[in-house]
Amino acid sequence: MSDAKRETARKSSIADLKTMKTIKGERRTKMQNDEKSTRSIRTSKRTKTKRSETVAENGIRNTILHSARHGPLPQPTQHGRITRVFGTVVIARPLAIAMNEIVRVGEQRLLGEVIRINSDTATIQVYEDTAGLRPGEPVTGTGHPLAVELGPGLLGNVFDGIQRPLSSLVDEQGAFMGCGAVIPSLDRKRRWRFNPVVHDGMRVTGGQRIGYVEEFAGFKHHIMVPHGLDGVIRSPRQGDFTVDEVLCEIIGATPSTTGKVRMMQSWPVRTPRPVERKHAPTTPLITGQRVVDALFPIAKGGTAIVSGPFGSGKTVLQHQLAKWSDADIIVYVGCGERGNEMTEVLVEFPKLKDPRSGKPLMQRTALIANTSNMPVAAREASVYTGATIAEYFRDMGYDVALMADSTSRWAEALREISSRLGEMPVEEGYPAYLTTRIAEFYERAGVITLLGATADHTTDSAAGTTGSLTIIGAVSPPGGDFFEPVTQASLRVVKTFWALDARIAQQRHFPSIHWLNAYSLYRFTLRDWYDRNAGPDWNSDVTAVLSLLQEESRLLEIVRLVGSDALPDSQRFTLHTSRLIREGLLQQEARNERETYCSLARTRQMLRAMAEYHTVGARAIARGIPLQDIVLRKVDIAIFSLRHAPDDAFDASVTAIHADIAAIDKTMTGKPSDINVQRGRPKQPDGGGA
Amino acid sequence: MREYSTIARIEGPLIFVEKTHPVGFGELVRIEVDGVMKTGQVLDTSDDVVVVSVFETTRGMHLDAKIRFLGQGVLFDASPDIIGRVFDGRGRPKDDGPAIIPATRLPVNGKPINPYARERPGDVIKTGVSAIDMATTIIRGQKLPIFSGAGLPHDELAMQIARQSTISGDASRFAVVFAGIGITEAQAHAFMDDFAASGALSRSVVFLNTAADASVERLLVPRMALTAAEYLAFDKGMHVLVILDDMTNYCEALREISAARQELPGRRGYPGYMYTDLAAIYERAGIIAGREGSITQLPILTLPGDDITHPIPDLTGYITEGQIVLSRELHNKGIYPPIDVLQSLSRLMSGSIGASKTQVDHKPVADQVFACYADGKEARGLVSIIGEDALGDDDRRSLVFAENFERRLLAQTGREDRRFDETIDIAWDLLSVYPRESLRRMSDDIKDSRYGKQDKQDNHAERQEPHAKDEQEDGGNGTGRPESGTITGNAGDERP
Repeated sequence: MSDAKRETARKSSIADLKTMKTIKGERRTKMQNDEKSTRSIRTSKRTKTKRSETVAENGIRNTILHSARHGPLPQPTQHGRITRVFGTVVIARPLAIAMNEIVRVGEQRLLGEVIRINSDTATIQVYEDTAGLRPGEPVTGTGHPLAVELGPGLLGNVFDGIQRPLSSLVDEQGAFMGCGAVIPSLDRKRRWRFNPVVHDGMRVTGGQRIGYVEEFAGFKHHIMVPHGLDGVIRSPRQGDFTVDEVLCEIIGATPSTTGKVRMMQSWPVRTPRPVERKHAPTTPLITGQRVVDALFPIAKGGTAIVSGPFGSGKTVLQHQLAKWSDADIIVYVGCGERGNEMTEVLVEFPKLKDPRSGKPLMQRTALIANTSNMPVAAREASVYTGATIAEYFRDMGYDVALMADSTSRWAEALREISSRLGEMPVEEGYPAYLTTRIAEFYERAGVITLLGATADHTTDSAAGTTGSLTIIGAVSPPGGDFFEPVTQASLRVVKTFWALDARIAQQRHFPSIHWLNAYSLYRFTLRDWYDRNAGPDWNSDVTAVLSLLQEESRLLEIVRLVGSDALPDSQRFTLHTSRLIREGLLQQEARNERETYCSLARTRQMLRAMAEYHTVGARAIARGIPLQDIVLRKVDIAIFSLRHAPDDAFDASVTAIHADIAAIDKTMTGKPSDINVQRGRPKQPDGGGA
Repeated sequence: MREYSTIARIEGPLIFVEKTHPVGFGELVRIEVDGVMKTGQVLDTSDDVVVVSVFETTRGMHLDAKIRFLGQGVLFDASPDIIGRVFDGRGRPKDDGPAIIPATRLPVNGKPINPYARERPGDVIKTGVSAIDMATTIIRGQKLPIFSGAGLPHDELAMQIARQSTISGDASRFAVVFAGIGITEAQAHAFMDDFAASGALSRSVVFLNTAADASVERLLVPRMALTAAEYLAFDKGMHVLVILDDMTNYCEALREISAARQELPGRRGYPGYMYTDLAAIYERAGIIAGREGSITQLPILTLPGDDITHPIPDLTGYITEGQIVLSRELHNKGIYPPIDVLQSLSRLMSGSIGASKTQVDHKPVADQVFACYADGKEARGLVSIIGEDALGDDDRRSLVFAENFERRLLAQTGREDRRFDETIDIAWDLLSVYPRESLRRMSDDIKDSRYGKQDKQDNHAERQEPHAKDEQEDGGNGTGRPESGTITGNAGDERP
């Protein structure tokens, strides 16, 4: 079975290598063209010429390599011509091209992708602005599908939807996005120190880690054998290389399994990277967000959606998860969202530190920013670009989390393209294949055994043999109505649903996850983990809290009709504790330095205190002790204050609280009090919480 | 330049021209019909047929009209002289002034700002409108729409903002670009008179497309306005406030053209690409790192049927950075500006206000006022169910606060330009009906600095017992009426 998989992998990998070759060739021509035009306009831009020379050299070298390995080059793809332009869609003919092949459109050489083929015409979705494009202009195939470059240099970088580094685009085109830019995704000049973990003559196979680059202090970027190669490794050596220099060679039994290894690989974005095996997730992704970790957890390798109307805090929640989740790598895809929000990420992330490693968050993050005003086809591609980069890190054995904000914009891009093609629309104008695409996307998540892991025992023992990819998608339902195709299609595949609510957000309760509508199916699969790692009470406490909140909503119905004074003490106490749970546990201020991240240990203590307080309090009331007497002890305020308690004072506060709770249990009779407690609810203490 | 009279079909605002040379997508088209010149733009180009949308109406158009393709897209003639001038929807001077000698000609579609080149917005624009300055502060580089409804005074508010807005620093670097999109002739006159009378025109650029002008032209107006704004902001280093009034008309025009092209309709007949189209407009707000100026957008939307879930406000809300919501209930109560602060939100506000930007107590005061007003509104709901007598002291205070807040802080005249400190002073004054410990959103430091330190005479009235105050107010108008008129899609929703 795994042999068959490897065979597939091998094939894709060969396609890959071809891909790379062609990209290079393409670039060379493009660069030369550029050069001509640049020279005629202004001669000062020497850097460009230099780069084009390097690239051209690489192109030639690769061509030679290729012919050595794979025989003669495939025929250069034909030129076609444009016959029609409407919006971002172009029709061209005649073209001997394949479905999803990348093409260069018009004299500006805009990037496009083939999305339909008729007997003599091809329909092309263009990734850039088509203004001025006219019939008769040339179209050239590149012979490869949309692919991304994978290697050192991805982390800490920002790319557009088709993996062009935005910083280089600024250097090249200025602050506004131009057209037809060809910029390598990974820096071709920078040298990285390669540290091999295999030695000459060892047998290696596709996906196996043969060495690493320390991309950042303490972070190993593993270099893997390209899929498809299988054989004996020749002369791996330590040294400084650029991403496209040859590190070593692998001599296989057949020419197709033989090849050279570079730091950089390329992979077609719409094809999931192969894995040895997928497993059921068993470990939670700890996010530092109490409502998530306690009530609606997500597993490493799991899937979730954040759905809610505008202003409900989807993006803030996504940012929080990207900042504080205990994943090794975060890939954040800003898909059709606000430009200023991406700026926010770019400004904030470098300043923040990972609470576990103390390293800047940016060093574990790769950003894809295709904002709402950037071309719609690149937006469609952006989630795949993100998924492929995420899978690449997963294949090294890391826990990776992919955030896609927002998948609705991606779905709308699908709809837009589909409608331009005149495809039959189904629900709300979306194409019929929307559900399939959504399902396929989330299926890229999972816990996996690394390809080549079985052969890997000789290599880096510190690195594990499994990796995981968690996918968290934001959904922006029109009008906040969850009964719309994107939310519904996503809910069929994801296991966690963080339903954000406009009313809750308006009450400034954040994160505005609706505790009655949200759910997580991982709560059950992760029971064992929590039992072992969060104490024996955790699971029962969570269940107790959830049922309390359920009970609260029932009681509030009654209160609205008759007022809370009409309720018996036991029910008023339920209102009292559920309010404490909402304000003390579920609410969490993203912008408050002390609150933005809450460790699992703290969450556990808070949860425990609340559950205990409720149990003991309810017991006391059953014994006939008046509600007022319990409330006046202000234990709830002490518990609430845990939210902001500094780490060094936290444990002492918890101990004090448990002592107070124990005291309630010992109270036999209540003594009447002269303080008037209004409507059975305590007032929230100061925001500072001291 | 070749001229064609090969029109095959005329349909709505579109003409279909055959047997042309290869024509570029988005090219500008000149059409001569019996000596009258019209313009249009290429929507679809192919070997066989070119589809042109006509900016003026196709009324009177016939198959013999002469077509010329100009080989370039729609351009705006930009020059520093555009300030103080009035243009029509296609960027031609509409006032009596001299022709503009272009310093540069810019394609109106613009290009997306590279997210990497953006700078995070962080400085305020002061509007002199208390509700906005305090609760939904406008930040330079932000896009913050006004969600209004038919019959609500959004035009007055827009004019007031256009007149009064200032930035800290050099006033000569501030400009307003006003785009009237499909507004009535009467509205246009009102705007122009107001601009001229107040002197605001001298720092403004005005684009006017009236309801009588062709709807196709409406698609161009915001693009013209933003091109002018980009020129002033990023070439001339000015801080530009762009007011787009009214984007609902823009979207209607978009739908009209889409229908004429027989495209598949999306929600409520609006085209599926409306999100992308709106984003292309709204995302032109911002600041570019290393450049002086900024573009702030204040689009105005009249919500059809006061429905915030309608596609136009819905898609807008997903792109913009917050919203200012006008409330019919407040308007009916006679409050101007009728801003519903509870539903309004400025996303960029929290990081951009405070000591060096506005006032040190701005955020805590705004949060506290928000919380108290929300309590007050809740108390009003309670009053309608259980009666006022059953209220506790806190709820009574909140009732008084809500009433005072609406009457004294929200309400101001269309000519009143309040300073930041005046607004905050009023807020402190209103908060003094609460005992100090009830102000839970403020730290002790902040309370120490201001609480109970008002020394104005009229303060006395505010400190009276809540009940007494209430009776005074009761004579006037519907205190404690249940809420109904607020614009919301969730009006009937229960609190979970």
